[in-house]
Amino acid sequence: MNSPFTIDRRAFLATAGFLTLSFALPRGALAEGASKLPGDLEKNPMLNSWIRINSDGTVTLLIGKVELGQGAVTMAAQCCADELMIDMARLNVISGDTRVGPDEGTTAGSQSAPYCAPAVQQASADVRQMLTQMAADKLGANAADLVVEDGTISAPDGSHVTYWELVQGDELNVAATGEGPLLDPMKYRYMGKPVMRLDIPAKMTGEQIFIQETNPEGVKFGAVARPPTYKATLVKADVEGVGKMPGVLKVIQNGSFLGVIADHQDQAWAAAKALETGSEWQVESALPTSDGIFDWLKAAPSELTEWVNTPREGGDPAAKVIENEYMRPYHMHGSIGTSAAIAVMDADGVMTINTASQSVFSTAAAIQQMLGLADGKVQCVHTHGSGCYGHNNADDASADAALLAAAMPGTPIKLQYTREQEHAWEPYGSAMVMQTKAGVDADGNILDWNMEIYSTPHGTRPSGNAGNLLSARYLEPPFEMPTPKDGGPPNYAATRNGIPIYTFPGTRVATHFITEMPLRVSSTRGLGAYANTFAIESFMDELARNAGVDPVEYRLRYLEDTRARDVLTKCAETFGWDAWEARPGFGRGIAFARYKNLAAYTAVAVEVQVTARNGRVRVVRAAAANDSGQMINPDGIANQIEGGLIQSLSWTLKEEVKFDDTKVLSRDWASYPIITFNEVPPIEVSLIDRPGEPFLGTGESAQGPTSAAVGNAVFDAVGARVTRLPMTPDRVKAAMPA
Amino acid sequence: MINFNLNGTDVSVEAPEGATLLSVLTNQLDANGQKFGCGKAQCGACAVHVDGERVISCQTTAASAAGRSVTTLEGLRENGKPSKLQQAFIDEQAAQCGYCLSGMIMTAQALLDINPKPTESDVRAALNGNLCRCGTHNRIVRAVLRAAEEA
Repeated sequence: MNSPFTIDRRAFLATAGFLTLSFALPRGALAEGASKLPGDLEKNPMLNSWIRINSDGTVTLLIGKVELGQGAVTMAAQCCADELMIDMARLNVISGDTRVGPDEGTTAGSQSAPYCAPAVQQASADVRQMLTQMAADKLGANAADLVVEDGTISAPDGSHVTYWELVQGDELNVAATGEGPLLDPMKYRYMGKPVMRLDIPAKMTGEQIFIQETNPEGVKFGAVARPPTYKATLVKADVEGVGKMPGVLKVIQNGSFLGVIADHQDQAWAAAKALETGSEWQVESALPTSDGIFDWLKAAPSELTEWVNTPREGGDPAAKVIENEYMRPYHMHGSIGTSAAIAVMDADGVMTINTASQSVFSTAAAIQQMLGLADGKVQCVHTHGSGCYGHNNADDASADAALLAAAMPGTPIKLQYTREQEHAWEPYGSAMVMQTKAGVDADGNILDWNMEIYSTPHGTRPSGNAGNLLSARYLEPPFEMPTPKDGGPPNYAATRNGIPIYTFPGTRVATHFITEMPLRVSSTRGLGAYANTFAIESFMDELARNAGVDPVEYRLRYLEDTRARDVLTKCAETFGWDAWEARPGFGRGIAFARYKNLAAYTAVAVEVQVTARNGRVRVVRAAAANDSGQMINPDGIANQIEGGLIQSLSWTLKEEVKFDDTKVLSRDWASYPIITFNEVPPIEVSLIDRPGEPFLGTGESAQGPTSAAVGNAVFDAVGARVTRLPMTPDRVKAAMPA
Repeated sequence: MINFNLNGTDVSVEAPEGATLLSVLTNQLDANGQKFGCGKAQCGACAVHVDGERVISCQTTAASAAGRSVTTLEGLRENGKPSKLQQAFIDEQAAQCGYCLSGMIMTAQALLDINPKPTESDVRAALNGNLCRCGTHNRIVRAVLRAAEEA
């Protein structure tokens, strides 16, 4: 079987001298100035909040980031085992538990590699340094002469002591110094290697690991009844009648919130369905519809921010001005498993919730506020769930399970949404409009670049505020949803990747941020990056064509960052760009972005076949190149690139949340189809390793470039520039020249 | 009482009228593989085998399994170890979140049972009714082909 990806290590040789120097010093001191500890260690400096050495010869690593199926836990374990110099088999990882361990905020934004990994690395190195000094004192040797192997520290005279003998009490209850020397990368056993994911065997053999298959002793099943649409008030519910349905133990009504608890899951769903369909609601019909949303976005009251406005100084007026407008519909996270949670209120009034939330700490705080409980009375324990790809319904499921569990203290309540509820009520990725305009000279070179972005919010995570929890808004009295804010530099939100990475003589980027939300929205993979990259990279293709220049060469004219140039070039090489031969109905396209202009670099090239008769697009094959800095787990990176690319093909070719003036119409996989096996092309991934460079987050970096690569290939094939996503056959056909 | 054989063991379970096989397996018999994904036969996450045949357990009543043999993901294990197919999925690291995988493996096993040397397009066709959101499709196909090759 062929290896699924290739690694280019030429950079290692080129910078080997620099490497030795950089690893002799703590990374934090180099990267962020001497006063700062690396990554999340700065906020959580106590060593015992990260690492526990146990008397049985095992080590517990505690992290605040959680496993979303992207390998974050394995990556942290690799860093810990290497820097502590222990066998990985000794490690037990606890992640995302508010009762223990460091608060690392939300697991999102491709930030586990850059924030969690260096923290674990440095904390482990500090612990090793400390234990080595303790061993030196005990063995009467020089610390510098000691050798560590799998937790056993040996002196030249053969005397030795283990980590688990040295740690007897709270020795690790000290702050990190950041002075533990990081290991020479040549000595890594795990980092930089395609270490197998720790969570995968259990998932393949059916060991209990997901919330959805967990059944605590005495568990009962909860379900909620959602209103017909967002703006709805409950007039009358048949609480008594539903209470008599088979297996129903309790019906809970609070304002317009309706929930049930039953003996069996099917019974809970049946009762909730009866409440949904049998109740009387007052409903408002005021949505702009999925076809009307783009005009709505351009007309809605908004706040305008000019993020960049650096006009060209002097020179001739542009010879030609080229413009276009691109549209991204609402996208669903679309988890395969509907969101679930298990909550139980114990005799001390502590609510403990098994949750798949990305933000266990701030979601616990929001639920605590919703229930009116005191500090520390809501604890969240991250448990595996279906992939979420951003802020999906996982937090709402946790809140709903807690609302029901509070009504039946002592009984664990397991709640899982129906497919309709998951589809219709999740906070989608915002619809957006991007208007691009460029002034070019007579040869087609870019002089003035201008992009305006229209978007509703990209961040409505719980963030410690009950108003961000869906059901809390239907309680009596209701919690008001706070007005969301747009994100500014360096990560941005609506404007993420909206500022071109290219250098032009004049650049302006402005965003119309709309706080009104016709559909519920929140963080969805890449936030604004997917749409903005689609616009920028499609437009670059148009401008290259206008200039009559190869699109790779054209981009390189404006790309100063050498790593960016390497990735783009590597992608073209992997694809076989120069050797590609045009044939009727087939086209090639390429696109590039550095995620957030500060994380991983990814370029994607695709070949498509377009059927002229009906406009159907088949992606024939795809190639990608990526630079994620120093690689912790190359297979994990390849998996993320492949996955992001495939998910983006699905968004780009098929996905759009449909809604009429009252409600969401995309309520299952038939009305919101996603990509299937027959449509997934072969993908070749080339990875560029950068030993000694900071770890860069990879998870969301393929999403943007893929969309534009497809659009550019479709244009190459049949001359159709599809500006409104998704590129359905009808839209491709309509955009084809007559 | 509904009596059937689950992964080689006879089980007896009292389930409410019309209860799905999925719900009874997951919530009453503590079988872990099959997952609730849609309840509409659109995603394949709940696929199990009944008398060796792939069945969508969210659309099957538990009562209809009476007297038959039900196999779930854990039932594929051989002497407590991953089966050849499960091991191939592990070796290919064919997962991200893993929620869809039980359905994938059960569907692929049903294919291999009748077509031990499938082509890549056989595998894609067989799995086309199983949805994966993480984008692990190609790894899954590689894992199935690897298992077939090593068989």
